[in-house]
Amino acid sequence: MKPVIELRTSPHLHVPRSVQAIMLNVVLALLPICAYSVWLFGLSALVLLITTTAACVATEYFICKISGSESSVGDFSVVITGLLLGLILPPGFPLWMAAVGGFIAVAPGKMLFGGLGFNVFNPALVARAFLQAAFPVAIMGYTPALALRRFAEFIPSSFAMPLIKAPPLAAWIAQTRVDAFTGATPLMLEKFDHVHSAVWPLLIGQRAGSAGETPALLILVCGAYLIFRQMMDWRIPVAMLATAFLASSAFYLSDPSHNPTPWFMLFSGGMMLGAMFMATDPVSSPVTPLGIWIYGALIGLITILIRLKGGLAEGVMYAILLGNAVSPLIDNLTQPRTYGARKKEAAG
Amino acid sequence: MSWLNGRSFSQGVHVPEFKQATCHLPIRRLPFAPVLIVPLSQHTGAPAVSIVREGQEVVRGEPIAKAGGFVSVPMHAPATGRVERIAPAPTARGDLSTAIYIRPYPGASQEILYGAPQDIERMTPDQIIAAIQETGVVGLGGAAFPTHVKMKLPEGKRVDTVIVNGCECEPYLTTDHRVMVEQPAEVLAGARIAMKAIGAARAIVGVEDNKPDAIEALRKAAASSPNITVASIPTKYPQGAEKILIQVLLGRQVPTGGLPSDVGAAVFNVATLAQIGDLLPRHQGLIERVVTITGPGVAKPGNYLAALGTPLRWALEQAGCEPDVASVILGGPMMGPAVGSLDVPLTKGVTGVLVLTSRELDGRRKIYACIKCAACVEACPMHLNPSRLGMLARKERYEEMETAFHLNDCFECGSCSYVCPANIPLVQYFRLAKQMNRARKSNLAKALQ
Repeated sequence: MKPVIELRTSPHLHVPRSVQAIMLNVVLALLPICAYSVWLFGLSALVLLITTTAACVATEYFICKISGSESSVGDFSVVITGLLLGLILPPGFPLWMAAVGGFIAVAPGKMLFGGLGFNVFNPALVARAFLQAAFPVAIMGYTPALALRRFAEFIPSSFAMPLIKAPPLAAWIAQTRVDAFTGATPLMLEKFDHVHSAVWPLLIGQRAGSAGETPALLILVCGAYLIFRQMMDWRIPVAMLATAFLASSAFYLSDPSHNPTPWFMLFSGGMMLGAMFMATDPVSSPVTPLGIWIYGALIGLITILIRLKGGLAEGVMYAILLGNAVSPLIDNLTQPRTYGARKKEAAG
Repeated sequence: MSWLNGRSFSQGVHVPEFKQATCHLPIRRLPFAPVLIVPLSQHTGAPAVSIVREGQEVVRGEPIAKAGGFVSVPMHAPATGRVERIAPAPTARGDLSTAIYIRPYPGASQEILYGAPQDIERMTPDQIIAAIQETGVVGLGGAAFPTHVKMKLPEGKRVDTVIVNGCECEPYLTTDHRVMVEQPAEVLAGARIAMKAIGAARAIVGVEDNKPDAIEALRKAAASSPNITVASIPTKYPQGAEKILIQVLLGRQVPTGGLPSDVGAAVFNVATLAQIGDLLPRHQGLIERVVTITGPGVAKPGNYLAALGTPLRWALEQAGCEPDVASVILGGPMMGPAVGSLDVPLTKGVTGVLVLTSRELDGRRKIYACIKCAACVEACPMHLNPSRLGMLARKERYEEMETAFHLNDCFECGSCSYVCPANIPLVQYFRLAKQMNRARKSNLAKALQ
């Protein structure tokens, strides 16, 4: 055979970091959080994570099959969506609803736009918002962490069936109750009962909440791994958390008796998970240097406003979805000033 | 003037250098090929016009083609021999271009007899510029733009600083490195000639700090010249790009669509100036250049002094090739084009020959959709938005790329494609878009006539 020389276009060198490698690393960074979530909430959290991930992967697989395109499951982005969706639902969330959520995340949330790279909103958050609207009671079904028999039995609501009234959680919570843990999240306690929570349990996640949003420190470490591997934009969490801290400081200082401390705001609810793994979704965030800062700051500010001035206890989800919605606009308004740009052009 | 050291530019990329294989190897002469192929168009501008006929004997260094205009240069015989034929020859771009085939006499001494020494001290700037055109020297850093044209400043422009470009930021290449180490006096002589031709008061040599021996050699040679500074600057790609280097050394930005002379600077590659410093006093023509032949596919990598017109095949036979050669690239891996034929000759603009094996090419990379990771936006040295430009190119909105997103400021350094995790061929899109825009404008002009 005659030797063949190939013609390719320059550059002939590439960084080894592919989309697949980035997505796989995000999955790896999420796994410790998933494991910790299972330790905190038991079997129910495990099957919840499996259900959402399986539902997302299956939806993407079948949509690719129906549309006749090459399966995009191999890029691992859908696994991230599945894991994240599981992590932001209450651990005892009915599994059939979780499966519906997985379908919503991938089918209208991602594939309808054209798949990875084209979705306007973070798919997991689209599903979470849908579930919150569709199943308002179930999504408030928080259970305490570290329930005694969490590895022996499921949270009763996990296996609730469609169209059948779910077993009430209150009785189950009372039965498994550990000292000082209630079914209400610290943010709900703060907002509706004016009960302040200590910050330390928030850091290690021993509180009620969505399956994976609670261990603030662990989420920070896992996010730091991605930042270290240059697979995540550090500016988004920094901008978001700094703005949230400053905004809540302003509220706290103006009225310390009614408003929670900024540290509490930082480590409660979905703030950490949202800042590290949801707002940083590159597809739905801006690309310009200035735009990235504005986007992060905007999400941080809106979160605090919803939490303190809105009707909901938690605002991270809507803040990020709102950030996603305006991110193309932010991009358009913050195009970088090019090298050698002439004065009148820069002004106009 | 130590304040010049350690300056750099924002953004850009850090690329693995791969220079260790050849950076310490002295320049060696490549034997004459059985046939040398001298294309009449190996520079930017009008092709040269042949002044020899088939069958004619030529002496090494003798002019064989005259400049085809002001933005053009003459060609000189790279060897003593006979003009075999004047016929189309393959080029690196893929098309054919007229070339003079010269068969060197095997028994000739190949001594350069042509040329008459001239006293540069007594020449006026215009005379120097005309003499540089006669040497046939063009930008040897790869652009192959006629050097004398750069020295002829537009009316009303003044240049205060000659910048000598010794960055060689492309991976693998070490030709400029070796020229600086081995011919620092010639580099500085060329810089002085350029300063005189342009009327600049000072010169700054910019060398990346991965070449400490070159910096030392140049500093030693420039010790007695107070108006020539050697600056050591941090290694980063694409520092050797004209506009970037001006910003690094002078802190000035060339306005978009403008020329370096708009900000009082003129940039010349070290190898170009070394040739001018060497050839001009002797009034001889450019007949050879240093080419780095390197890469994982080369058995004997090195810096070779090759006669212009040496066929690639001959050069690779001399350097030796591994059996699994997969791609041959003229120039560096970031901007150099892959060639489709080994019958392409080495021309004035060829800085190196890079041979990659199937291991480096590693199959076809899967192209994903843009995930808007912004790595390209962080990498672009011109602060463009390659992500957006790439998306517009996919939709064939070429005009918008130019009018709203500064497409024409892109100088195709490849940083965006290099960092893209989705393997999107961004630079290739931009080349295509520029071509489409040019075609559209010329069609429009024709339609309006």
